[in-house]
Order: sequence, then C-alpha cells, then structure tokens
Amino acid sequence: MKLSSWVLIFLLCNLTFLSTISAFRLSRSQPTERISGSAGDVLEDNPVGRLKVFVYELPSKYNKKILHKDPRCLNHMFAAEIYMQRFLLSSPVRTLNPEEADWFYVPVYTTCDLTPNGLPLPFKSPRMMRSAIQLIASNWPYWNRTEGADHFFVVPHDFGACFHYQEEKAIGRGILPLLQRATLVQTFGQRNHVCLKEGSITVPPYAPPQKMQSHLIPEKTPRSIFVYFRGLFYDVGNDPEGGYYARGARAAVWENFKDNPLFDISTEHPTTYYEDMQRAIFCLCPLGWAPWSPRLVEAVIFGCIPVIIADDIVLPFADAIPWEDIGVFVDEKDVPYLDTILTSIPPEVILRKQRLLANPSMKQAMLFPQPAQPGDAFHQVLNGLARKLPHERSVYLRPGEKLLNWTAGPVADLKPW
Amino acid sequence: MKLSVFRLSYWNRRGSSFRSSPSLDHSFDGKSPSSVFWLVIHGLCCLISLILGFRFSHLVLFFLFSTSVTNLYTTPFLSAGSGGVSQLLRLKPLETATNSTARKNSRVVVGRHGIRIRPWPHPNPIEVLRAHQLLVRVQKEQKSMYGVRSPKTVIVVTPTYVRTFQALHLTGVMHSLMLVPYDLVWIVVEAGGITNETASFIAKSGLKTIHLGFDQKMPNTWEDRHKLETKMRLHALRIVREKKLDGILMFADDSNMHSMELFDEIQTVKWFGALSIGILAHSGNADELSSVLKNEEGKRKEKPSMPIQGPSCNSSEKLVGWHIFNTQPYAKKTAVYIDEKAAVMPIKMEWSGFVLNSRLLWKESVDEKPAWINYLSLLDDNEEIDSPLSLVKDPSMLEPLGSCGRRVLLWWLRVEARADSKFPPGWIIKSPLEITVPSKRTPWPDSSSELPAAIKEAKSDTKPRGSNSKSSKGKLEQKAFNGVKVSTTS
Repeated sequence: MKLSSWVLIFLLCNLTFLSTISAFRLSRSQPTERISGSAGDVLEDNPVGRLKVFVYELPSKYNKKILHKDPRCLNHMFAAEIYMQRFLLSSPVRTLNPEEADWFYVPVYTTCDLTPNGLPLPFKSPRMMRSAIQLIASNWPYWNRTEGADHFFVVPHDFGACFHYQEEKAIGRGILPLLQRATLVQTFGQRNHVCLKEGSITVPPYAPPQKMQSHLIPEKTPRSIFVYFRGLFYDVGNDPEGGYYARGARAAVWENFKDNPLFDISTEHPTTYYEDMQRAIFCLCPLGWAPWSPRLVEAVIFGCIPVIIADDIVLPFADAIPWEDIGVFVDEKDVPYLDTILTSIPPEVILRKQRLLANPSMKQAMLFPQPAQPGDAFHQVLNGLARKLPHERSVYLRPGEKLLNWTAGPVADLKPW
Repeated sequence: MKLSVFRLSYWNRRGSSFRSSPSLDHSFDGKSPSSVFWLVIHGLCCLISLILGFRFSHLVLFFLFSTSVTNLYTTPFLSAGSGGVSQLLRLKPLETATNSTARKNSRVVVGRHGIRIRPWPHPNPIEVLRAHQLLVRVQKEQKSMYGVRSPKTVIVVTPTYVRTFQALHLTGVMHSLMLVPYDLVWIVVEAGGITNETASFIAKSGLKTIHLGFDQKMPNTWEDRHKLETKMRLHALRIVREKKLDGILMFADDSNMHSMELFDEIQTVKWFGALSIGILAHSGNADELSSVLKNEEGKRKEKPSMPIQGPSCNSSEKLVGWHIFNTQPYAKKTAVYIDEKAAVMPIKMEWSGFVLNSRLLWKESVDEKPAWINYLSLLDDNEEIDSPLSLVKDPSMLEPLGSCGRRVLLWWLRVEARADSKFPPGWIIKSPLEITVPSKRTPWPDSSSELPAAIKEAKSDTKPRGSNSKSSKGKLEQKAFNGVKVSTTS
C-alpha cells in the first residue's frame, strides 16, 4: 500500500517535470536569443554590491562651469562623460567613504571645449587632465597609493586619451603619461594602436535615446532596403584628393556601388533617416577619421545588421557582446566585393543576427538613458570595472615607489591650466 | 626634412579649414632654406593652377623631385594588382606610422591609401537576384513574427450577373483575392442563375469558390439593383450558416477595388467591424461633375466634404458616429437607370464596409456570441434589411477598423455599360466580325503594301461608318482605325 502510493507520487512528479520541460520548449518560439560574449552571459548582471566607486569632489571649473559655458556638450556624441558623472553621483554603487572604495572616478570634462560648429578642440585637454590629477594627488592620498591604477577616467574623444583629432598627431603624442596606469573608458578602440591601452573599456558614443525612440515605426513594416548608408564619402574640406579620409574605404564604397540598386547610399540628410534604417537589412558602418561612429548604436537600436568596415576595430563592450555573431565584418581591402559578400550570407545567418539584435538587453546596452535603467551602458561600464576586481598586488605601490614620470610629454602640456 | 615640412603644410591646411584653433600645437621649424624652397614651389604651383584652370598639385613635383625614396615608400595596394584592382587616383607615396618600432606592427597603416575599384564596378544580376531572395525570406520571417498570429479564413461574398462589364470587374476582384496570403473561400452569387460564363471565369482563379445561383434577373434601375444585391448577399449568408463556414466574412462587390492592407486589417475583427470606404461617385461627364461641385462650393463656404463612408471616432478612439456620403450636390442629377450618364450614388450604408465573424451566423448558440447581435432568421425571405446595421442591436459595439476609420482601405465605384451593349460570350470572337478593315501595312513583307490614294484622304479622326454596334458606349471612347476603307475599291 505504502509502496504503491510512493510510486504514484513518483509518477506524478515525473509527469509535472516532463510537462514543464515541454512547456519550456514550446515557449522557445521567442524571436530573440540570449547574448553571451567571451566573458559569459553578463549583459544583464547587476553591478550593485559588486563594487564601490568613490567620486572625487573636484572644483566646478573642471566640470560644471565648462558645461555651463557650453550646454551643447549635453547632446553631442561625446556626452557620455557628463552623463557618467551624473549617474554615479546618484547610483547605489557610490560610496562616500574612500577607504572602502574599489574604484575612484575623476569627473573632468575634457571634451567640452567646442568650436562654433560644435566640434571639440582637444588642445587644452592634456593640461586640464594633468591639473586635475595634480589636484587629487595633493589633496587625497589615494592617487599616490597606486599611481592611479584604481582610478578610472572617461575620455570619449576621437582617439581617447591621446587627445588629438588627427591620427598621426595622436599617435605621436600617445596616451597621456599620467594616465598610464589608470583605466580608461573611451569610445576609440583599435587593436595594436597606441591610443588603446590594455584593460580599457570601450563604450559606444552617446546617442540621444528619446530622439531615437520617437522615430520607431511598427515592426511589421517589411524591410525592403538591402544596404543603407547616409554620410560623407569624400571629405572635400579636409582631404580634397581623397585617400586619407577613411583610408579610402568610403570612397571605394561610393565608386563601386553608386549605381547598384541594392545599395541605398548617398550624402543626403533625409528627415526619415531613422525610419529608413528600420526598413533596411544591412546598415554600413564604415570608419571615418576615427574608426568608431554613432551609426553602430543607431543600427543596433533599429535592428539593422551593422556592416563594419574598419580594420582591427574594437567594438564597445567587446567582452560582453559577441559582435562577430551580430554584425558583419568586412576588411577594407574587400570593400569592392561588398555586394558579393553580403549576398552570399545564408538566410539563416541573417535571421539569427536579426534575432540577436532584437534582444532588448542588446539595445539597452548601447544607450545612455536618463535616468539610468538596468542593463544600460552605465551598468555595462560598471560591470566591466567589476570584472577587473579584485585588484592585483602590483596595483598597490610600496611607499616611496614612483612609476609615473610627471615631466614626460610635450613641453606645452606641462603648463598649468 | 622635406617630408616633415610638406606634411606640416598639409596638416595646416586640414587644421585651419574646419577648426579655428588660435594656438597651433605644432612645432614649427624656423625659416630654413628648404622651407623657403617649398614656399616658392607652392607659389609656383598656384600660378600654374591659375593658368591651367584646374588645381595643379605640388605633390607631383614632390614626387618628381624626391629621389631618395626612404622606408616611407610602402605600397601595399600596388601589390593588389593580383586582385585585378585599379586605382582611381595617381599613385601617392604612403607614410607609415612613425611609432611602429615601439609596438607590434599593426597591419593598419596610417596615411594616404588608394581607392580600390574593381574592374567592372556594376551590379551583378545573379547577386541582385540572391539579394531579392534574401529580402523575401526576411520579410516572410517578419510577417510570421509580427503579423497576424493565427490567421482566419476569409470568406468573401460577391454578387454578380452577366453583363458587358462583368469581365472587367470580376478580373479586378479575382486578382485581388488571388493575392491574399490567407485561406480564402469565395462565394459568388449570380443573378439569373448559374451561367457557364461566370463559372469559367471564376475557375481561372484557382481559389476555393462556391458558385450560387439566384433566380431573379438583375433589374435595370439602381435602386432595384441594390435591393436585389442585398437579397443575394443574404442568400450567401444562409449558405454560410448551413455549411458552418468559419472565418471572417467580408462583402466584395465586384466593381469595388480593394487594397491588400484591407485583408490584413480584417483579421483583427473579433465580432463585427466597420471600414471606411472611399466613394468614387463618377458620372461619364466630367464637366457636369465639376460644375456640380462648383455650385456646391458657391452656395456654402464650406470645405467640400470627403467622399468617405465609414465609422468616425472621437479623440479617445471610441466609435461615435458614421460618415455618410453627401448626396445633396447630386440631387438633381443622379442616375436612375443603370446605364445613364449621370452620377451613381451609393446607398446610405454600403455592405462592403462591414466585416463580421461568420460564427455570428451559426444557428447553435456559440458561447461567446455577444448579446448585441440580432438573431436573424435568414430563412425568412421577406425580411427587409437595408444595411448590415440592422443585424446589430447596439451599433456602438462595432469595431472600427483601419485606425478608427482614418485609413481608407477600399473604394466604391459603379460603372456599367449601355443596356443594349453586346459583347462576345467569354470574350472569344467566334464568328467573323461584320466589318473587316485592312490594316495600313500587311504583316507579310512580300506583298505590296500600298493603299489607294483615296484612302489617304480619309484621316484617322473620322468614325468608321457602321461600326458602332460592337462597342459599348457609356464610358468607353471610340478607338478609330487607321487606313479606313471609306470607298470600295476594285
């Protein structure tokens, strides 16, 4: 009697177990797939509780006053530095006790000195950064304790902490010597390049989330454009002969595909730019003067597969997002064969990429929304910082040990700001 | 040295053209002989450009004069000759990254690159075809993900009868229905009984059809025609109830024009939906129509009303009323007989603007049948129904379709030929036509193709004598022939 009742209970358990398995399989008809990069399935990790960040209180001439002088800094693609400070000031990872902090944040807006056209001038940035570091080194002991190895800075400019918009000049300067040990959060990323140091965190450029959300069209609108691109092919003002801008890749796209009906490419500025991206399957994201561009963010938000034409580029959050599975990478030398490459991708691969792009956590990770939402780019940065913990022994210097050279770099940088 | 000064001047150009930086961050060598030399060269090139009329780059001179080509001259793109790639611009020397010794050599080189163009930079038709196949596949996936989840069968009711314009109208409806991506049942009710003509026509569609005959002939006035059509539709509804067809029922009059989005939209109907119809009240006489409208505008300084019949909603998207086509301007001049040359008016509520769930018609009590539906004894022939609204007890429960009636998804048009117009049955000419007119040039090249001189006088504008019985007037224009044989020749 007892045995039979146990058997009955056993059978019942099995039954419910099996039915949940089948129910799970049935519910797998979702159109999205989980995204896991080389660091694992980390896009939705919550950094709260895994690290503590201390935000230095710098005088407002380093941040607020600059912003006050030019409020355009809030909308351009380098606005991540401003929003990062605002996020950290009100985030639960912030700590007011620097002794228990794992990471230290220095809020200095180096990319807010704008021309009348809106482009940032980096000429004073090295001096500004140096002056900020001198300030924190003299007022707090934490910089000298590690020579900045547990500090992080947001440097979203064209070539990161090299602080120049021309690549050769940037390479010539190299990363600011004082930042040699710090962690840099930057938009620039290219392998084996002077301006990307080991251990940096690549972030996407700032794109205004509300503006993009307001241009969404119904998802059942059929995608009827094969390849879409809007932008310059030749930068006539700065590179009249061609060949310098984008290493000739954009010009090659134009010359090879300007009469191809599959390629909807032009230099116009249509008002329906965002809507058109949502009606395209592939969106070209070629390099410009720097390899990164906001087009990647826009393509991800609008579900258009990004075609990245930039040799050796390092894309945002490369350890959390498997970009190889999501985008199409084309070498610059293969640009003339772009149509062959794109049309020979099997349909299953394209559908899988679209499913990955449809994953909402993917889209969230590319945005800097105000107020911050779980899974957005701010949290990805914090996750990245958390993954670098705990700090190694070499981070902490012995007393009296000095590794940084405070007088290195061009003479003009040593002038006070 | 030369190189650095050249680069310097180039960067200056770049630096100054879009960023006005007061303090140039470059280290400038003092005035040395080579910099003076380069300034002289620059001036020379400017003069040459002025004379020639196009920009003469001093890079050419540099290229000519630089004999010592140092390690800076690397040509990765020259070796791409293996790929059959040609250069658009003149070859320019490359300048590598100066810092390459300290780090691993990256394969990305800073500096001027050639613009790669393949030998035949035009679209390959096979690839274009493959791309279109990819587009089709992606759109199919989109449809299955974001479109209608479980599409229902569409049941289409069309009253028709054999007449000259039947082929024209039915072809339109048939092609629209053949494009519908959902399962479809087409119920064709024919006045005057089932004929082979209609049957063969419908069979061409390949759709699932139910061909019903109705034993009265179509009358000659519009009013009577509307009444008969209503009866025919009810007959079809009876059949739907008998056969217990399940799906969404819509009325497609054979002269209407439907858009494809209509069929997607009606899938969202739960019980009873209403659509906006565009009314194209057309008379054969365009002048008359415009004069009518002008009078209308003269009397009242209002905007001309929209020719739409359909539901109208308030700002909270609830159904509050109906748009009706304003027949006032046409009051004196509407057509009574079917082939009159005056404007044809729609009835107040056209059947084609309503869509219903076929379960409403089933006899058995379906559980979810809402209480606001009139149970109709369709078996009763004498039931006078003038519009589908009489099926509904509470008109406010109707679902407005097409974003609350703002999207017009079908158009109403009534065009018919003269009552005495004849047309070949099945539109196949079996017996020879009464008049045979030679064409201007025979298709056989050997025979002489000249016409007698008398014919050349009679130009193409004259109507051919006695050739008006084979074409229907009304809305068609006479098509004149060339080379009319006016007089008999020997």
